[in-house]
Amino acid sequence: MGHITLKQVTKSFGEVQVIPPLDLEINDGEFVVFVGPSGCGKSTLLRLIAGLEDVSSGEITIDGRAATEVPPAKRGLAMVFQSYALYPHMTVRKNIAFPLRMAKLDIAEQNKRVEAAAKVLNLTDYLDRRPGQLSGGQRQRVAIGRAIVREPAAFLFDEPLSNLDAALRVNMRLEISELHQTLDTTMIYVTHDQVEAMTMADKIVVLHAGVIEQVGSPLELYHEPRNKFVAGFIGSPKMNFVEGEEAVKLNAKCIGIRPEHIGVSLESGDWKGTVGVSEHLGSDTFLRIKMPGVQEHMTVRVGGEFGARHGDTVYLTPDRSKLHRFDAQGLRIA
Amino acid sequence: MATQHSRSAARIMMAPAVFLLLVWMLVPLCMTLWFSVRSYLPLRGGDQGFVGLENFSRFITSSAFWPAVQTTLIIVGGVLVISIVLGVLLAILLDQPMWGQGVVRILVIAPFFVMPTVTALVWKNMFMDPTNGMFAHLWRFFGADPVVWLTDASVLSIIVIVSWQWLPFATLILLTAIQSLDSEQLEAAEMDGANPVARFFFIALPHLSRAITIVILIQTIFVLAVFAEIFVTTGGAFGTRTLTYLIYQRVLESQNVGLGSAGGVYAIILANIVAIFLMRIVGKNLDN
Amino acid sequence: MARAVTTQRKALNTAIAWSIGLLIFFPILWTILTSFKTEAEAIANPPVFLFFDWTLENYAVVQERSNYMRFLTNSVILAGVSTILGILIAVPAAWSMAFVPSKRTKDILLWMLSTKMLPAVGVLYPIYLLCIQLGVLDNRLALIVILMLINLPIIVWMLYTYFREIPGEILEAARMDGASLKDEILYVLTPMAIPGIASTLLLNFILAWNEAFWTLNLTSVNAAPLTAFIASYSSPEGLFFAKLSAASTMAIAPILIMGWFSQKQLVRGLTFGAVK
Repeated sequence: MGHITLKQVTKSFGEVQVIPPLDLEINDGEFVVFVGPSGCGKSTLLRLIAGLEDVSSGEITIDGRAATEVPPAKRGLAMVFQSYALYPHMTVRKNIAFPLRMAKLDIAEQNKRVEAAAKVLNLTDYLDRRPGQLSGGQRQRVAIGRAIVREPAAFLFDEPLSNLDAALRVNMRLEISELHQTLDTTMIYVTHDQVEAMTMADKIVVLHAGVIEQVGSPLELYHEPRNKFVAGFIGSPKMNFVEGEEAVKLNAKCIGIRPEHIGVSLESGDWKGTVGVSEHLGSDTFLRIKMPGVQEHMTVRVGGEFGARHGDTVYLTPDRSKLHRFDAQGLRIA
Repeated sequence: MATQHSRSAARIMMAPAVFLLLVWMLVPLCMTLWFSVRSYLPLRGGDQGFVGLENFSRFITSSAFWPAVQTTLIIVGGVLVISIVLGVLLAILLDQPMWGQGVVRILVIAPFFVMPTVTALVWKNMFMDPTNGMFAHLWRFFGADPVVWLTDASVLSIIVIVSWQWLPFATLILLTAIQSLDSEQLEAAEMDGANPVARFFFIALPHLSRAITIVILIQTIFVLAVFAEIFVTTGGAFGTRTLTYLIYQRVLESQNVGLGSAGGVYAIILANIVAIFLMRIVGKNLDN
Repeated sequence: MARAVTTQRKALNTAIAWSIGLLIFFPILWTILTSFKTEAEAIANPPVFLFFDWTLENYAVVQERSNYMRFLTNSVILAGVSTILGILIAVPAAWSMAFVPSKRTKDILLWMLSTKMLPAVGVLYPIYLLCIQLGVLDNRLALIVILMLINLPIIVWMLYTYFREIPGEILEAARMDGASLKDEILYVLTPMAIPGIASTLLLNFILAWNEAFWTLNLTSVNAAPLTAFIASYSSPEGLFFAKLSAASTMAIAPILIMGWFSQKQLVRGLTFGAVK
């Protein structure tokens, strides 16, 4: 179970409304990612669901029960914090057992569940250590262990990977996805990293200034972004935007094309530009191209190696079928 | 950032401390204010009614008042000068590389932990006693007549005793402040061609100014209230009657509560003036 | 990075610093030494430093004559109970201010500090009178309450600064884990803040132990702690240097040792976090 509904939820800090009225439906077993730039209200939204903040108005229901007035402890949710928030004075075992101890489960049952969680998370050998003696990834797993033992209706993750180094982040990403497959419990995951969102989510909620810009599956967002903001936020490297003459030709205020949807040639093409910096990754080459009429650089992705040097002239040809058109309000023209 | 629930819990949890301190502050304060406008002599007729501001003017015009103010100022000023000048020097010295730094630090800090009555008695008898005190031995060794410290140089003696108590405090705080000075700043100044003296005056001293201000304010408040050190040495005689001691004598020794309370109000006002400056600094520090 | 200093320079620093350190410490050292002398040796000219007949006689005499144990007991009870009581009241208050700050938190903290600045002599008579009327002059309980109130602002402040260093997320995690407010403070906050609470306890015990205005003015026999015991040596007993020294040593030794442990916290405690 883990069906969460937000109805006309708002949040204000003093005079400032950080979340204007917002509706959202999270289905049982779904992996939902809240993504957006920092300060977009995604963490606040998560804390509202957790009950760590009061909603200013609106209603939250969890599995059909009104939860708006219910204190965090009674909502049946578990949370993994950005700093992991492990109890430094307790061993790993006691950390994981803490929610069970608070629920006054008998010791045997506590031990059983802790052992089981430790096994799933590869923590069995570390149960008697303290958090200070663990690596970042291990601490992360303890935090997750503490969340799973209580068998919550849903897991809340608040930027859980942002304190890990790049390699570990990829690993933990996979582990969390794996865990979701195994437990089949609702997970709500907050991140500013769109790669995490794309790779993990069943459903992505893109937030911007407290407003939901779009809700959809990763590929929906990639192929059919509702507006310029989503188009620019989802996908890496960012989508290129071209305004002016080229856009007008296509009957739009602005057109967008992803770096991977542009063909490059040294001889001929639709648009002519000058190569600036090129980044050679081996598998791909990213070219930054200065084009007359485009304010910023165009970023173009070429598979494999591409021998172009600073100052060379190149020709670009966008894949017309992958071109996005936006109107004056920034909305996508279907 | 918190929920309504935790905010109301917070108010309840804060209530006992706030309530107790409020009572502790207001009840005696109001009583003092009340007594200060009455003629109240517990042993000679009790409460003889409202006298307006007479106590306030009598306290100021009494022959003991100005000498007491003068003594207070000299003692506070003397202690501040000694503890800050020596404190800065000592702090810089203790910050230098040396062997047994920790032990020296402990030796220097120790006087602060000695109870005031012990401090006063040890100095009075074992050092300042004109026949058997350490100083008397020292003076005789150099062929001089021993000084009768607590009668002939009474204020100086009190200053020495109180300074000995507070120098460790000043040193410790200044040392902490010095150690927080970014050594790269000093190295940058050195690269810019500043010699050690210039580095002290242009880098270290400005860095210390805040700590020095705090030491001045805190010590002023505590030294204004010095009591035991005078109580067990001179008992306020020989020109060592400070404002605090004068009020104490009016209230408990001569049992003129009205007059003493008026003095008390003055003392409270005086301390508050200093406290306002201290709280400004502390308050600023709270913001970050 | 500290730079290498010549050994010579370091030796010079060491010599100067040790001389000054010993000079400042001398009155205490001298008191301790004198406490082991006979009265004749204590006033000998020239003074003897180490080569005298060490004796414990003074301690025995002081103990016997002035009932030292009673004063010591009073000191321990007054300082101990008032500090523990203060901490029990201050922990919830400091929790509130550190983790649920509001617009008024700063004002409340500064106001608490201002009560500490109130000169005791200004309210001497009212307190004295209240004690008489309540029949608690020379009463331990009354002094415990007064000492607790005197130090409460410092206790709240110290705990507040320690608590602020604990990340709020950990307490939120406890809340998510189903802990009630009581559980949160008892099982999570307090164990994490043990070092801070211990320092607060230590420093305020010292401050209460050494408090010498109210203990001198509000006690006579029953509740009198060591401050009053020493004050009774004012004269003529004070002229018996060896006995005075023994009494003094007994009054300051325990606190000196505690003080050395708490010197780091002293700065934080007495400057209200303004110097760290």
